[in-house]
Amino acid sequence: MKKQLTVALAGNPNSGKTTLFNSLTGSKQYVGNWAGVTVEKKEGILNYKDFNINVIDLPGTYSLSPYSMEEIIARNFLIDEKPDVVINIVDASNIERNLYLSMQLLELDIPVVIALNMMDVAEKRGYLIDVFELSKKLGTEVVPIVASKNKGIDKLLDAVVNTKKSKSNNFIKYNNKIEKKIKEIENIIECNDSKYDLRWLAIKILEQDDIIIKEFKDIFKEEAAATISSYLDDESQTSIADGRYNYISNVLDDTIEKTKEQEKTLTDRIDDILTHRWLGLPIFALIMFSVFYFTFDLVGNKLLNIIDSFINNTLATSVNDMLITMGVSEWLNSLIVDGIIGGVGGILVFLPNIACLFLAISILEDSGYMARVAFIMDRSMRRIGLSGKAFIPMILGFGCNVPAVMGTRALDDENDRLVTILINPFMSCSARLTVYTLFAGIFFPNNEKFIVFSLYILGILIAVIAALIFKKTIFKGESSPFIIELPPYKVPSLKGIIIHVWDRLKGFLINAGTLIFGASIILWFVLGFNLNGPAPIYNSLGAQVGKVIAPIFKPLGFGDWRSALSLLSGIVAKEVVISNMAIIYGLEDASKALSVSLLENFSQISAYAFMVFVLLYTPCIATVGVIKKETNSWKWTIFSLVYQFVVAWIVAMIVYQIGKIIL
Amino acid sequence: MPLAMTKSGDNVVLKDISWGHRLKKRLQDMGLTPGVEIKVVSGNNRGAVIVSLRGSKLVLGRGMAQKILVESIG
Repeated sequence: MKKQLTVALAGNPNSGKTTLFNSLTGSKQYVGNWAGVTVEKKEGILNYKDFNINVIDLPGTYSLSPYSMEEIIARNFLIDEKPDVVINIVDASNIERNLYLSMQLLELDIPVVIALNMMDVAEKRGYLIDVFELSKKLGTEVVPIVASKNKGIDKLLDAVVNTKKSKSNNFIKYNNKIEKKIKEIENIIECNDSKYDLRWLAIKILEQDDIIIKEFKDIFKEEAAATISSYLDDESQTSIADGRYNYISNVLDDTIEKTKEQEKTLTDRIDDILTHRWLGLPIFALIMFSVFYFTFDLVGNKLLNIIDSFINNTLATSVNDMLITMGVSEWLNSLIVDGIIGGVGGILVFLPNIACLFLAISILEDSGYMARVAFIMDRSMRRIGLSGKAFIPMILGFGCNVPAVMGTRALDDENDRLVTILINPFMSCSARLTVYTLFAGIFFPNNEKFIVFSLYILGILIAVIAALIFKKTIFKGESSPFIIELPPYKVPSLKGIIIHVWDRLKGFLINAGTLIFGASIILWFVLGFNLNGPAPIYNSLGAQVGKVIAPIFKPLGFGDWRSALSLLSGIVAKEVVISNMAIIYGLEDASKALSVSLLENFSQISAYAFMVFVLLYTPCIATVGVIKKETNSWKWTIFSLVYQFVVAWIVAMIVYQIGKIIL
Repeated sequence: MPLAMTKSGDNVVLKDISWGHRLKKRLQDMGLTPGVEIKVVSGNNRGAVIVSLRGSKLVLGRGMAQKILVESIG
């Protein structure tokens, strides 16, 4: 029987935590959510010697103050679940800030092993770190590793399994005034049993920790609560942060030797260009355009054609032939070939484009560029009343609005967060790409990338206008303060990128296999039947529903029941718009290619208006769900559904009506 | 003077943060404690400010930089 061990992985953002987690657990990971919130929770199992180790990846944090959801999650896990060991990953090349979290972990009642990561980078910078001395000074095991090259992992695991279940006694001594106050508070709260360590609790009270203080005001008698309130002042709070940093400086003075004069690092030199006052913004625009060029022209569309001809010619024909030889009845054949292969296959062909887009976004994120975007965009974003940081969820929205809406958690101000959530669905997600790719390819051959790029720009423009209106009316106020660390640039690891892209593609494939598969079958039925039984398609239930809502879209240039029905079902998932069209036109006349049917039903202008409508209208149910979860309000959720539909209708109508006059 | 008024290349020390305790705490956790030396990497551009302190680089939004008081050390 193997011994069980629970290990939590804690560390700053950008410290290489995810890399270490991946190299510890490999493919044996499972991703869920922390209870009650949408922050991702990653766990993995690892067998080492006689141990069966369950590794929990805590959210990356700078501190254990309850400032952000991530910090609260990390802290609650450590206190409530009491893992056997905490691996604290510390970036050796940014050791001063990283040790600030370590100081707080050492104050908890849990054994800590420090994994000193990126030793190679630190050495290149001329840092000579005396690991043995550092370990002695901190009173805990320190193991040097290079997570990206899998170096030192076994030594780290040895240290983890051999850690004695005792707390480090080597805690920081704060200045005399603070130590006196700690003693006094300890005396006041001593009589209460709680899950917290007394000294830790006293320190948190002095740090004016809102959550702890509130919890204690509920428990304590009024008198004691009042006494505790008298200890709350900014000076003590400052002294504690100061005390930790001073302690770190002292430790580092004795353990690090800097052999090189501080010179400009490669990151500094790259930043001189990429965050340049005038060049920063044009370079960013150029990078975004390259992303689209890569996603369409360079790679995406070439692969798309190969998959398209495989599914729609090779696969559909051979399955059809096979079903005929097997003597399967005609309706079942139609369900499989027209419904399932037509519907699900109609979406799968876009897999390469979506993979390319996510690949590009992961590279931007993992290389460290994304954090710079917040700086570059701050000036422009302030004009619409938001901070530069609010631009990051907007870019993530190009991939998928669901994680992007979750990403708004990083914003500190509630109003800013709401505005950013409400405008996020205007950022065109990769599912909508399927519609543009198909339509632009048919109606604007050779100019696809300009047409698609124009839609993305239009989405941003509408988002900006919406944000301006929101900030001027419902959510008045200045842009919220923000602070972000700029990590050193690095070449993203292939493994990390693959895991990232695969995670997203998996979501897309699961969507295709469940939602779109189901929607395709339902659609096949509503198109083949009405309430009286089997019916020709123009008389089917689907056509009837489509005909009822179609007049709404008449002023937009596509008031035909097929488009109306596709748009309605597109609320399930935006890809369904395309899979539905493939099924409808396929059922009507199987001999005609989808492109031919579309050319008969749309003009260039109405096709563009259709794409504009798809870009802007009501988001898919997954996005609606996450908006509900993140705003925690039905009011805002329903509001976002309705206003987006209205905006989409108005803009598409203007596009169509003006386009008609000009052309 | 507020950090927002500094220029690229300035070296300053932090004097005070005129903000409520929650945001103050956040900044202190990120290393902005009184007396810390700050090098302004990119300032004076009406937008956010990039600073370097305690061995790493931070971007501070314009609004935040206006409430951080610093003193020049040349």
